[in-house]
Amino acid sequence: MTATLLPPPVSSTQPPGPPGFGRALRAEWTKFRTLRGWIIAVLVGLALIDAVGLLLVRGSIGCGTASGKACYQPLPTGPDGEAVTDAFYFAHRTLTGDGTITARMTDLTGRYSSHPGQVAAGQEDSGETVGTQPWSKAGILIKDGLTPGSAYAAMTATGGHGTRMQWNFTHDAAGLPGPVTGSSPRWLRLTRSGDTVTGYDSSDGVTWAKVATARLTGLPATVQVGLFATSPGVLVLTESFGGSSATGGPSTATGTFDHVALSGTVGGADWAGGAVNGDGRPAPLRDGRPLVGSYRPSGGQITVTGSGDIAPAVPAASTSPGATATIGDHLAGIFLGLVVLIVVAAMFATAEYRRGLIRITLAAIPSRGRLLAAKATVIGAVTFAAGLVAVGVAVPVGVRISRDSGFYVLPVSGAIEARLIVGTALVLAVCSVLALAVGVILRRGAAAVAAVVVVGIVLPYLLGTAAGLPDSAREWLLRVTPAAGFAIGQTIPRYAQVTARYDAPAYFPLGPWAGFAVLCGYATVALAIAYLLLRRRDA
Amino acid sequence: MDTKIEVDGLHKRFGGKTALDGMTFTVAPGRVTGFVGPNGAGKSTTMRVILGLDAPDAGTALVGGRRYPSVPQPLRLVGSLLDAAAPQPGRTARNHLLWLAHSQGLGVRRVDEVLDVVGLASVARRKAGGFSLGMRQRLGIAAALLGDPPALMFDEPFNGMDPEGIVWMRGLLRALAAQGRTVLVSSHLMSELQDMADQLLVVGRGKLIADTSTAALLAAAAGDRVRVRTSAAAAAAAALDRAGGDVTPAGHEALTIAGLPASEVVAVLNAAGVPFTEVATEQASLERAYLELTRETVEYAGRPTHEAAR
Repeated sequence: MTATLLPPPVSSTQPPGPPGFGRALRAEWTKFRTLRGWIIAVLVGLALIDAVGLLLVRGSIGCGTASGKACYQPLPTGPDGEAVTDAFYFAHRTLTGDGTITARMTDLTGRYSSHPGQVAAGQEDSGETVGTQPWSKAGILIKDGLTPGSAYAAMTATGGHGTRMQWNFTHDAAGLPGPVTGSSPRWLRLTRSGDTVTGYDSSDGVTWAKVATARLTGLPATVQVGLFATSPGVLVLTESFGGSSATGGPSTATGTFDHVALSGTVGGADWAGGAVNGDGRPAPLRDGRPLVGSYRPSGGQITVTGSGDIAPAVPAASTSPGATATIGDHLAGIFLGLVVLIVVAAMFATAEYRRGLIRITLAAIPSRGRLLAAKATVIGAVTFAAGLVAVGVAVPVGVRISRDSGFYVLPVSGAIEARLIVGTALVLAVCSVLALAVGVILRRGAAAVAAVVVVGIVLPYLLGTAAGLPDSAREWLLRVTPAAGFAIGQTIPRYAQVTARYDAPAYFPLGPWAGFAVLCGYATVALAIAYLLLRRRDA
Repeated sequence: MDTKIEVDGLHKRFGGKTALDGMTFTVAPGRVTGFVGPNGAGKSTTMRVILGLDAPDAGTALVGGRRYPSVPQPLRLVGSLLDAAAPQPGRTARNHLLWLAHSQGLGVRRVDEVLDVVGLASVARRKAGGFSLGMRQRLGIAAALLGDPPALMFDEPFNGMDPEGIVWMRGLLRALAAQGRTVLVSSHLMSELQDMADQLLVVGRGKLIADTSTAALLAAAAGDRVRVRTSAAAAAAAALDRAGGDVTPAGHEALTIAGLPASEVVAVLNAAGVPFTEVATEQASLERAYLELTRETVEYAGRPTHEAAR
């Protein structure tokens, strides 16, 4: 080398560039994107989410001799768009314009399979037991026709929850408490005025109390009005040392009515009895014939017997047909993808310490807070974007594949679907930030850091969702560990008026955002510790 | 460009070990300042404190009157090379410099400029992990030059460099100083600095031993010394001392004598009847001056223990 080459001065015409945090952010983004291995790993994580979620999880279902798409059996949807069960026996007449139905109930009885789980739907049950289910219902009903899923309002006695007013499947209001008996009858009344229906109850037919007012938008002038009975399947939860299991079987309810009175323009000379069957399942057999329910006038008394439920459908609820899915069922690949993304996030931190890169980094970006914020923002944004793409593909494609395989996917609103997709991407992002922070805290061993985070997030989720632990322990795990964040994947609400096994992964002990907040809490604490250590430690 | 590096009273302990024990000096612009001392003398720790990487227990370190971590674009103030092995092996040389440039609001054009200066333009898109130590040193130099800083610090930059690289590096450092920049270069080998540094900071045991121009140190070391090997070291020392020599023990059965030429030493020893096996003249050199200086520190540091034992 003959002459020493010196660098030219930095051009003064060079644009000033972004301010402090912006420069740090740009530097860390450049640092991230220029390591090919990390970019490949993120793409692998993304691909795993889709591949596992879409290819491996869901097989094809069978129904009788058919299978797959031939078994597809949609549920009716209620006025608000949710999937519903709308199966009951109805003794009905038409009512045109405003009017009122009043009836006294003197009894509500029921029968159910004494061998739940051993009697398949469509088969006869030899050993029935007398008794109602908590949500066995019989009462009076105003409904927009006989089509399953149509708008309605009902005043009903129940097996275990007193008198209720329910309307349009998701609404439930409490009236008089206690069961219906001959000595403690219940008077029920529904009054229609335009598209509002008001429910009243009374214990003596003299003193009436309003229970609730339902607005049934678009209720036509002529509606069906009458007496109904229905009863959801038995749900028996068995807790044992090794876990818990649920079994079920059909049940019926019989309501006994008298003092039935109608006012308004009533059509027809007498009640017409018939089953509304909107659960797509064969009715239980009684005396060798399908039990569709019955309507029996006897003197001044009318008894109505029915089976089914008038309620929103929930995943794996006792009254739902077997082959339902939720849109969140297509995200089983999240965990494999998460593990890969966590390793990348941990490496983004530990690579700084492996050979002393941190000293170059801190010489360029001396503010520890700014550096940590920049790194967290970069890894969070990268993971969020990857998650958004992966989940944004897995959910709609998965729903289509599930339908083609014969599964009915419980419909949810666009807002809920957006919450699932964006929320799951956010959970991935926050998990990555948590891994980054743990990486800064521990400094060495990306594998060890990833292990810490996997044990902290994935393990409690697996323990919390798989059978093998008592329900209370599983609920605790999904409440206090970072795995609570996966509550964001809940898409179907839980309903007080539906007896079901509200269980992970479809249901979490915490709400979607509350669970996400728990995860964010862990990430915040880890970031704070990482920041304090980064400030206190020599580089 | 008048960007002094001022270090004042730095103390730093790592666990039970004292790394810095009142380190104080000023590095002036416009010349190359060598920072020499044995391994563990506190050179790297001092540089890390200047860069805000390590927090001192006491004392201050300022560059151009400012604390380095408080500077918004610090690489525009101080360019540094601490550890050539630090860049991530999987990233290309160009991309390593690119994220550094982005951290200072600089663009890719500047990256290509400094790659050219250090002679890595042809391997800019190769991964740093495949670089030889000499190439990594060049990459580190490029990073230091990125922000066109008025002050530069290099920790052991000659490690792993081939002879041509060492010549190039010396020329570069001198040229940077000639532009009026402040240049601080550490080494544990005085020979690496001998022909290049204008000023020397000699350190040992965490403190400054000497702050001297290279010329002055050479002058102080002038005057030849004589090395005597003898089985009767005590008798020889006594005789030479009486003759006016400045006698210091130099290991087992060996003495170093200053102030007497070799012929005089032989005469004195013969007259006193002291047997000897070898008398040799040692050349004056910076290396020896440096060894003298650092040995004194060791002796000085050892004295309190000696006295406490009495």
